[in-house]
Amino acid sequence: MTSDIIDRLADVAPGSRVDGLRQRRAQARTNSQASYDALFTAPDQTGVSRTERLAVATFVSSLHGAARAHDHYRGLLQASAGRQVADMVDRVAAEGDTQGPYGRFPDSADLRDEDSPGLVLSLDAAAADALGERLTAAVQHAHLLVLRPRESSPKALAALLSAGWSTPQVVTLSQLVAFLSFQLRVVHGLTVLKESNA
Amino acid sequence: MTTDQVLRPAVVPPAHFTQATIGWQPWLEPVPQDQLTTTQRDALIDAGRVKSEYFRLLAHDPAILKARTLTDNDIFYNPDAGLPRGEREFAAAATSRFNGCIFCASVHSRFASHYVHDPSDVQRLLDDGVVAELTARHKASVDAVVALTRTPIAFGPDHVVSLREAGLDDQSIADLVHASAFFNWANRLMLSLGEPDAAGVEL
Repeated sequence: MTSDIIDRLADVAPGSRVDGLRQRRAQARTNSQASYDALFTAPDQTGVSRTERLAVATFVSSLHGAARAHDHYRGLLQASAGRQVADMVDRVAAEGDTQGPYGRFPDSADLRDEDSPGLVLSLDAAAADALGERLTAAVQHAHLLVLRPRESSPKALAALLSAGWSTPQVVTLSQLVAFLSFQLRVVHGLTVLKESNA
Repeated sequence: MTTDQVLRPAVVPPAHFTQATIGWQPWLEPVPQDQLTTTQRDALIDAGRVKSEYFRLLAHDPAILKARTLTDNDIFYNPDAGLPRGEREFAAAATSRFNGCIFCASVHSRFASHYVHDPSDVQRLLDDGVVAELTARHKASVDAVVALTRTPIAFGPDHVVSLREAGLDDQSIADLVHASAFFNWANRLMLSLGEPDAAGVEL
């Protein structure tokens, strides 16, 4: 079994056609894995806990409809934080389930006819209580980043800071959600390509 | 020492998607240039990026910045077979247009215009969005990019069939997937950590 996470999630067998496509972009393959390692397996450098990282990954993979990745991250989350937290993350992901990207452009942009407002996820008291202030803010921010990134604002960052996230931690959280937006699409695309006979 | 506060930069916000050179201003404090550690400098890969507030903001977490930059460089600059450079850039621009990242779309539409055979398609993409009327090969690419960029992800076997009919081999399709997936990463950082500035200079 390969240790490359994208190969594992997309079932890319050594020597297969898709394996050959990836070998031709060896630096991208190696550094996609290095990105995963930096975010999920390396010693933490900015003070974002393993449970926080895995909870956000479970939430983000659920929003993407990425079943295998969700099983992977949820399994690790449950081992790290227990079933109750994992169940709560799944519950709030189900509440945030919708189709993106959507959102309003900034007022300064002359793109009014492209505005498409949609769900702004706000966790209820039971979820906020179970997940805590930091993770509640992180999950709400992850929903913004995944589904309506064009609605990002200084106010959204202020909400993270006031929930206890430092500037370097916001960078780590943003990279985490943004990296997953990449990883899940590579896994999905390679899976479809693998299943499309040449 | 970096403070944990939100910045409110004075910018001239761009009103449209554009190929013009625009700048970008951060909403959080970057690592000051004279305080970058060796690890942070190493993570920038390109030494010229010490001037960039965007990359110095990302330098707060150097390990992921370094791996991300090396991934980026191979997806877009590796010339060995696969999708021509201009079409990788076109996929980046289309992804950015669909997600709504005016800054990313400006940079990569300029690169795409420089390289592709039908540069007028690039401006049509910016003006009309991903429903723009384009030449057949660009249209197949944009349709695939849009499906891949949707959440939940909607890319499927029909897109592969259309791309093959448009003349893309599997290495090119894999490149298209990576270019678009990578801009789903880049757009979210650019959109959420700062804002475009029509009066600003290139990063």
